[in-house]
Order: sequence, then structure tokens, then C-alpha cells
Amino acid sequence: MLTALANPTRFLALSGRVLPWLSGAAAVVLAVGFWLVFFNVPDDYQQGATVRIMYVHVPAAWLSLFLYAMMTASAIGTLVWRHPLADVAQKAAAPIGAAFTFLCLVTGAIWGKPMWGTWWVWDARLTSELVLLLIYLGIIGLWRAFEEPSAAARAVAIMTLVGFVNIPIVKFSVDWWNTLHQPASVFRLGGSSIDASMLWPLLVTAVGFSLLAIALHLSGMRTEILRRRVRALSLQEAQRREPLPGSQPASIEVTP
Amino acid sequence: MSGPYFGYILAAYGFAALVVGGLVLRAFWDHRTQVRALAALEARGVRRRSRRAATP
Repeated sequence: MLTALANPTRFLALSGRVLPWLSGAAAVVLAVGFWLVFFNVPDDYQQGATVRIMYVHVPAAWLSLFLYAMMTASAIGTLVWRHPLADVAQKAAAPIGAAFTFLCLVTGAIWGKPMWGTWWVWDARLTSELVLLLIYLGIIGLWRAFEEPSAAARAVAIMTLVGFVNIPIVKFSVDWWNTLHQPASVFRLGGSSIDASMLWPLLVTAVGFSLLAIALHLSGMRTEILRRRVRALSLQEAQRREPLPGSQPASIEVTP
Repeated sequence: MSGPYFGYILAAYGFAALVVGGLVLRAFWDHRTQVRALAALEARGVRRRSRRAATP
């Protein structure tokens, strides 16, 4: 199954069939989630209506880590198996991960101002999440610094693996250091500390945003495969026009 | 919904809509650009080996 999927042409065919359903499911689940958030979720006894910011902020934070973990798994695929589809998966995830990390930081600042009295504080959770954004931006920059995609993929894979050190720091920063940011309240020993009336809508929006992120990632992978085909054919065409000295003439099919 | 925090909630959801909308638009635009570039190359007779093999 995985071997069959790892063929880019098969991947394009299968993802082309899955993508509309995935996008539709993301839209429906997000619509249900936001209906719950704005018409069912009660105000928090301490935070009042600002608790509604949580339904964007927390899924964005989870996805910023999830997408980096996915990039790391793809980086291993690039370095160990040198599979082009792993390169494509790495490249497509970076801008989506960066966008969700940025969304997490901005919505956190907007939530922080009325609740903490400040937009920003250099505590461990906020700072490590900012470092995650900088790593994402560095990875995007590194992709653009190389002309040859497979060379870029290997360099980016190494940087991605090194950057993974930051992921447990983001996750456990609230336990390891004394932070203004609250400790984990959903996934923790002893169960969630959030009331069910607020927790279920959070899980619904988290599923909706995750489906959206996966749909965007699949779409990005499909586009990247096409970009590589365009690049390869453009090189063939250029070589047909101006063959390099001593090189074999390019084998190009020219239709009449 | 109104109240002292309405502006903060609106700003958070407005920014989220901007980011998500941007990601979706970028995905559509980028895909369309590559599909058109590939079609233009194929129209000029430059084809992939697998496509050539399939062409009679």
C-alpha cells in the first residue's frame, strides 16, 4: 500500500480523489465547531467571552507542532530512503506550519492583552513557539537557496532534524519552567481540567483545523510534484535549444 | 455578542480568517500556475517519457 502510494503518479491520482472529500469534511466540521463556539459555549467564569479565542489559538498551537513532527518524519524519509515524495511532503508542510505557528502567536497575543495585561512576555512557552516560527522561516529560506530540489531536500532534512529539539521544549516548557502561560489543560495526567461544555467544541474545531491542514498539505504536495515536472521539462526544452558542449542531445518528443 | 472583549474576539477570528483564506488562495493559485505551465510545455511538444510512451 505504502509502496504503491509512494509513486508520484499514483499519489496524484489518489490524492485527487480524496482532496475534495477532505476539504468538504474540513468545511463542515469547522462550521459545526464555530456554531458551537458562538452559540453553545458558555463564558468562562474568570476569562469571560475571551475563552472563545481558545478555539482558534489551541488548534493552531497543536498544528504548529503536528506539522513540524510530520516534516521530521518526511526528513527521515529523505535522508534514509532518498524518496522524492518525502522531499515533496517536507517542502509542502513548511509554509502551512509557519502560518499556523504565526496564527498561534498572534491569537495568543490578542488573548494575552485582556487576560494578562500584556501582548507579549518572554516566558519559555511563548519564546519557544517564536523560535519554532523562526525555524520554519529558516527552512522555507533554505528551500529557496538551492537550485536543485534534491540537494535542497537533504540540507533541509538535516536542519529539520536539528530543529526538532525545539518541539519537546515547546510542549514541556510550561512544566520545566515557571511561566505566565498556563500549564497543559487538555492532555494531562488526571484528565482534562476544562469543563466538558467547553472541551467538546475545542475537540471539534481541532479536528476541523486538522482536516484543513491535511487537505492543504495534500494540495501543496500535488502542486510541488507538478512544479518539479515543469522544472524537468523546462530544462529538457532549454537543452534542446542549446545543447551543452559534449552532451548527448536531449531526447524530446516533438509532435508535428 | 457584545461586551468589553468583543474587539479582541473579532480581531482573533478576523486574523484567523485572513491566514486560512491566504493559505487556501495560495494553494489554488499555485496549483493553477503549475497546471498552466505544464500544459504550455506539453503544447510546445515537450513531454515526459511516460507520456511519450503512451502517445501513439
